[in-house]
Amino acid sequence: MLKRLKNAFKGVGGLFNIFKRRRQLKLGLYGPPNGGKTTLANRLCEEWLGETMGSTSKVAHETRTIQQKENVIIKKGSKTINFNLVDTPGIATKIDYEDFVKAGMKEKEAKKRAKEATKGVIDAIKWLDEMDVVIVVLDATKDPYSQVNITIIGNLQARDIPVLLVGNKVDLKKASLKKIQSAFPQYDVVGISALKGKNINKFYEALFKIAK
Amino acid sequence: MSADKTLTLQFVPYTEIESLSSIGRIKKLLKIAKENKIVVLLGRLKKEEEAELIKTTMEEINEEFKGIELAVINPQQSKQDLWRRVRGQLADFLVRNRGGFTIIGPATLVKEIKRDPNKIQLLMADKPLSKKKK
Repeated sequence: MLKRLKNAFKGVGGLFNIFKRRRQLKLGLYGPPNGGKTTLANRLCEEWLGETMGSTSKVAHETRTIQQKENVIIKKGSKTINFNLVDTPGIATKIDYEDFVKAGMKEKEAKKRAKEATKGVIDAIKWLDEMDVVIVVLDATKDPYSQVNITIIGNLQARDIPVLLVGNKVDLKKASLKKIQSAFPQYDVVGISALKGKNINKFYEALFKIAK
Repeated sequence: MSADKTLTLQFVPYTEIESLSSIGRIKKLLKIAKENKIVVLLGRLKKEEEAELIKTTMEEINEEFKGIELAVINPQQSKQDLWRRVRGQLADFLVRNRGGFTIIGPATLVKEIKRDPNKIQLLMADKPLSKKKK
């Protein structure tokens, strides 16, 4: 009886898997602000769609709404992967409009940016459940052992979502991939420069590995 | 720090929030942080609750409240040999979320929480503390 039930569930599960395989994977870019999520999204979109995803800035929280590009098809040798690329606002635990004022913005503009940024963080967290695969983009020049990083990765783990860690900005002197590897030893970490395209092939290899 | 400015650390035993719903726990902890106190929860929130805490914090940000600094200290996360990790995970299972502790500080007070295996550093914000509300 138990065996029959088990087989029946297997059959139903298999049916769901067929549908899952047919639909496009949702590939999310997550991480703290200014890690280089949109720079990486732009590189992927420029390379495979011939267009960009969004604007980038040195001032944090430039991406404040969820950005999506459908049908991004990556081909490497005989392998092909087709997904919806989702660029999310950087996740933070605090947002102070005065930081934007210090960065040269007018008060009114800074307050508006702060308000939009808080909404962006909320949306990014809400969208976690929608993702099939997530790339966590970390700035390799910064301490990776921050609570935001731990919370993002922990939540993906709790939801059984495959994760690839990307240490971005490895072209900079201060970058340390080892720190990321030692903070999150259970994950594959790829060091790239999304801006300069360094190690981008290694990134694709790792992406194919987790999104198979 | 001058004499008329007080830094308050409020200890919250996990038993105090255990019976509350997830959102109830978050609201309670956030309420204390918004009173300009540093919360030391003797236990940990679930991973999903940590994300919910960030979400709720964002909803409550205004010109006075700029957000929080958060650190969840989980002794099982530090580098240990396999046996110690298994033992730790078993203990974690038995005591649920009571192992370790959580620090939540208002961002106007705490600039950054740094940690390494042996110490936790709370870097305080440059801005003067607002006077304690009664």
